[in-house]
Amino acid sequence: MPAEAVASGLSASTWSAADPLVEVRRLTTWFPVRSGVLARTVGQVRAVDGVDLTIRQGETLGLVGESGCGKSTLGRSILRLIEPTSGEVRFKGQDMLRMGPAAMRRMRRDMAMIFQDPFGSLDPRQTVGDIVGEPLEIHHLARTRRQRQERVRELFDLVGLAPSFVDRYPHEFSGGQRQRVGIARALAVDPTFIVCDEPVSALDVSIQAQIINLLERLQEKFNLTYLFIAHDLSVVKHISDRIAVMYVGKVVEVSGARELYQSPQHPYTASLLSAIPIPDPTVERGRERIILKGDVASPVNPPSGCRFRTRCFKAQPQCAESEPPLDTVRLGDHLAACYFPLG
Amino acid sequence: MSLHLLELEDVHTKLTLKTGVVRAVDGVSFHVDAGETLGIVGESGSGKSMTALSIMRLLPRSGRIDSGAIRFKGRELTGLSEDEMEEIRGTEMAMIFQDPMTSLNPVYRTGWQVGEPLQIHRGIDVRAALAAAIAMFKKVGIPEAEKRVAQYPHVFSGGMSQRAMIAMGLTTSPSLLIADEPTTALDVTIQAQILDLLRTLNRDSGMATILITHNLGVVAGICDRVIVMYAGRVVEQGRTEDVFAHPEHPYTWSLLHSIPRLDADDREPLKVIEGSPPDMMGLPSGCKFQPRCPFAVERCAKDEPELRDVRGHLARCWVTQAGTSLNGSVDAG
Repeated sequence: MPAEAVASGLSASTWSAADPLVEVRRLTTWFPVRSGVLARTVGQVRAVDGVDLTIRQGETLGLVGESGCGKSTLGRSILRLIEPTSGEVRFKGQDMLRMGPAAMRRMRRDMAMIFQDPFGSLDPRQTVGDIVGEPLEIHHLARTRRQRQERVRELFDLVGLAPSFVDRYPHEFSGGQRQRVGIARALAVDPTFIVCDEPVSALDVSIQAQIINLLERLQEKFNLTYLFIAHDLSVVKHISDRIAVMYVGKVVEVSGARELYQSPQHPYTASLLSAIPIPDPTVERGRERIILKGDVASPVNPPSGCRFRTRCFKAQPQCAESEPPLDTVRLGDHLAACYFPLG
Repeated sequence: MSLHLLELEDVHTKLTLKTGVVRAVDGVSFHVDAGETLGIVGESGSGKSMTALSIMRLLPRSGRIDSGAIRFKGRELTGLSEDEMEEIRGTEMAMIFQDPMTSLNPVYRTGWQVGEPLQIHRGIDVRAALAAAIAMFKKVGIPEAEKRVAQYPHVFSGGMSQRAMIAMGLTTSPSLLIADEPTTALDVTIQAQILDLLRTLNRDSGMATILITHNLGVVAGICDRVIVMYAGRVVEQGRTEDVFAHPEHPYTWSLLHSIPRLDADDREPLKVIEGSPPDMMGLPSGCKFQPRCPFAVERCAKDEPELRDVRGHLARCWVTQAGTSLNGSVDAG
């Protein structure tokens, strides 16, 4: 595709700090469903199915949705930790999906990920100092052993861990401390963009605020851009500037965080909001609740048209006929994929 | 004094582990009345689940009720034989758990499992039990109940499994349902469905419910009264409205101020509870929350306070018992 190559070359050279940091276009990530002794492909899990998303420099974009909606897959696809099936992910104007390994490796230094449980996938026999220092080696960011040690101590200090902890092992740490180690590791490469995938949902309630405040402090200090993925809309609304709502592989609504709460347009967003319990008995008992019918639709066999229509209280025949694009509702920055928005 | 449906008096439950003895439940007293919903809130390790398992006598092998009384309809449970206890569990008390997927037996049809308690405890035959299971499925909102009872658990979604678990618990019309984090593994829209179901069942049947959760929003939505647990102890207890409007224990106060609220409009940093949840193997002297407490005074590290009445509900705190109001206090935290 020569036209596209030219376009991508152009935007790479003309990208400025005022442009979006990340632009996702028509991104799809499908996984094959295999069955039988020959493991033949019998279907596709459309985990991410045509997503458009823009992440601005220095902002926190919240990404919410229920389990299986594809939010984690989207986060990983953006970092190319999972190889997307098609589409574009432009980072600072360059399409990452068409990059070779060397260019990709250089790009990786600019981005990082924070996981729900940072130790789930790591070697329990590595000291936390080595865990945090590893990205420095991979990207040759420390020339000497001493430089590396200094940087690791500096990172520990940044996330509120005593530098004397560097020689300890993961099992000696509490959940909150482990997440601090995970954050220190993410910061090691001095990234501009961090995907935070459910960073507080495994933590005790009393610890969550510590980590949320830490992430906010670090963002301010280093002008970080976050994609903050979580199922807890109260947490997401607190930390995000804008929020994107996902349902079965699609972004169905995106808007400023406050506006999303005050005037949701998509019926799914409205029911999600109404389902979140508020820790105040007087408020909680006076609330009108939308109780949805049934379960989340299957990403293997999504309903025709709008995917939410099978549970929607506003669905009309039109909703089954064609899929509403994200800009069906456009109120300035506020977009929603719905023919019958709440208004 | 009227008779409570369930009454716990100074219950102590110990877990004997390889690394030492943990006082998982350390002197817990409370009651539940017919028709009410009592919330038990606490973090992991606070003793909330062990309290429930002590009531049901379903403790792990390492666990033992050391002392205290558990009376159900006036009958002391702690001295009952396993057979007698099983009869009560099958007919008068039911418990549902966080993960419905692992609580259902994968090799039996769901309808058979839901009807089984009736076969065992009411002596009815398979056919009648299946009919009862269909009726229960309808009651808990499982669509196509006639078809669903013939299916195995693996085809049920999380929300449907939890409904089936609730149906199983309710077949014998128990007077007490203990629900241990029943919605924690579920998505919020499904959580809303299940809470709505519990609310309806509670209203229609007069059954009492103990709801164990870490989610203060869930408590605010459906509990009449609430107990807050910390380090195996009850630190605050009262009517839900009172406890939320003026918490009298700094732990409750801090929790309420540290969680982001959907309806809050500010972007101020959250108030943080310093430190980590307590290490049950090495609890501090005095008040167990004192090392993390923004209000602590000298006395707190020395003596442990009792649970006493403070402005209309119970709290285990020297500071509020001495008259200080946490809400009116200087900006702590």
